Amino acid sequence: MSSLATAGKKRRKELMTLNMGPSHPAMHGIVRIVLDLDGERIENADVEIGYLHRAFEKSSEQSGYLQVIPYTDRLNYVSPLINNVGYCMAVEKLFGIQTTERSEYIRVVMSEFSRVSDHLTCVGASAMELGVFTVFLYMVKAREMIYQLIESVTGARLTISYVRPGGVKADLPAGFSDEAHKIIREVRSILKECGALLTRNRIFVDRLKGIGIISKEDALGYGITGPFLRSTGIDYDVRKDSPYSVYNQFDFEIPVGACGDNYDRYLCRMEEIEQSLHIVEQALHKIPGGDFMSAPHAAMPAEEMVDLAKMGQTEGLAQTEVEPEPTLEGGTEKYFEMLQTKDHRVVLPPKEKTYGNIEGLMQHFKLIMFGHGIAPPKGEVYQAVEGANGELGFFVVSDGTGRPYRVRVRPPCFAIMAALPLMLQGGTIADVVPTFGSVNMIGGELDR
Amino acid sequence: MILEAVKAKFPDEVLETSEFRGDLTIVVRKESLAQIMKHLKEEAAFDFNLLMDLTAVDYLSMERKPRFDMVYHLYSLRNKHRLRVKVGVHEKEPEVDSLVVLWPIANWFEREVWDMFGIRFKGHPHLKRILLYEEFEGHPLRKDYPVNRRQPLMKQKSDHELEFIEAREYGQAVPELLRGSANQEEKKI
Repeated sequence: MSSLATAGKKRRKELMTLNMGPSHPAMHGIVRIVLDLDGERIENADVEIGYLHRAFEKSSEQSGYLQVIPYTDRLNYVSPLINNVGYCMAVEKLFGIQTTERSEYIRVVMSEFSRVSDHLTCVGASAMELGVFTVFLYMVKAREMIYQLIESVTGARLTISYVRPGGVKADLPAGFSDEAHKIIREVRSILKECGALLTRNRIFVDRLKGIGIISKEDALGYGITGPFLRSTGIDYDVRKDSPYSVYNQFDFEIPVGACGDNYDRYLCRMEEIEQSLHIVEQALHKIPGGDFMSAPHAAMPAEEMVDLAKMGQTEGLAQTEVEPEPTLEGGTEKYFEMLQTKDHRVVLPPKEKTYGNIEGLMQHFKLIMFGHGIAPPKGEVYQAVEGANGELGFFVVSDGTGRPYRVRVRPPCFAIMAALPLMLQGGTIADVVPTFGSVNMIGGELDR
Repeated sequence: MILEAVKAKFPDEVLETSEFRGDLTIVVRKESLAQIMKHLKEEAAFDFNLLMDLTAVDYLSMERKPRFDMVYHLYSLRNKHRLRVKVGVHEKEPEVDSLVVLWPIANWFEREVWDMFGIRFKGHPHLKRILLYEEFEGHPLRKDYPVNRRQPLMKQKSDHELEFIEAREYGQAVPELLRGSANQEEKKI
């Protein structure tokens, strides 16, 4: 009898190793979690990352400052505009320049829309993994509207490369404000619907509540920021605590949770979407210059102007307005002063000058061509912005040449992934999915 | 203010203080890194409770000595201060004290620095590569690592093998000469 009992004990001690990932439908990209299981219970978890490493930092050292912007799109590919803003602000800090107020407002509007799309993806995807497919479709529908709005501004849905050191690429398109208000209304109604489907849904709440708990102390020790840290009750938000851009001009609140479990994180994200929409509304109301793309204007198509200038017929071109291709709309002289800082070391000349006279063309090439480019003074800066997952920091070292000496990204979900084993231990296999979903791991940013 | 306070507390250990565009930086002696960091974290006047970032910079092409800099970014939740702490690391002895005991996140950050720069951390519980695979040779963010160098995990296929694979894919007759060698290869796999 006794030998049987001890044998049973021994067998229970034997742990089973289970690989979750790298290719698993709930692993949001590619990451591997090695679980040591005692039956259903997780004794130990080991997270292995790096499957999406594509040498962002090394590549950045090989290219000019402007050429890094497209790489930053691909860091957090669910909210690329925030990465753009963070990187460009770091370069601006190196130069010690400030951009114009209107472009700051545009950056805020676009960043907040990105944050909304990021949170929608996170909540929608983790709800889907728990079987609530309806919510996923609703939220992706809302995200799609935001993507279309972003496309109308930047010319791309995801690989946007919209922000520039010293300003933004182009102005908001005609009718942006109306469209944005329409989308905000739609997103709100979708949120209300999804909230009704989830927040008090018994199955959903049971899967989330009390699962994946992290304490305040652990969260701080692991350098966790963003909605994840706020769910534990600490109201740290870069937008409030070290305000950048024009965030100090808006009235918004930082939602915090109580116990740091999955359910709190879900509630935090839902409330943050609402706060972000609120910021966008205020920004659209306060934006200096208003909706000034809306006035129709007569202008010369870019190809025509380029042809005339090539033939030397430059007379009167300086006064003529150019009509560039749609993605460059708003990059012309009319909007230039409102959008770009006056520092010619950094900003490209307005399109009329590039197409219409040799000095403008030369300046354009000096800033774009390999081996030239913008060259900040020697120094190193750290610039933090509030990414959708937490503090997104760019540490840029300049040696005074046209190529960044070192670009370091502090990815917010790196810290959360490092703490993941802590949250998984003691739970069951089924808990991995909602906990991992609430991390909102973005491979592009985690592995760089 | 923070700079002066740190300098006053550790007059010998802090080598240099500077401010650039509002970023505060101190450079400290390598031997006293752990001690200063512990003080910065636990002393109420500083209260730097978050290790925001930990990375390294290779100054090889700037021809500076020591070659590496370890860069730590600290943040204080209560005082809302930021501080950058830097430590010079020589190429001959690329090792600094690990900060895992102070901040658990240093574990992963230090693994990344080991992976990318080849700097070791004394007292780190499990220093292994994090983003790259164990078989990887060299440390890619060092300035002397060529950007075009490729290290495929799988063995490169010979021309013979490639020809065989192609022929099989397109349903062509596999040349007699190839078949023998390729079959052997297949069996091995």
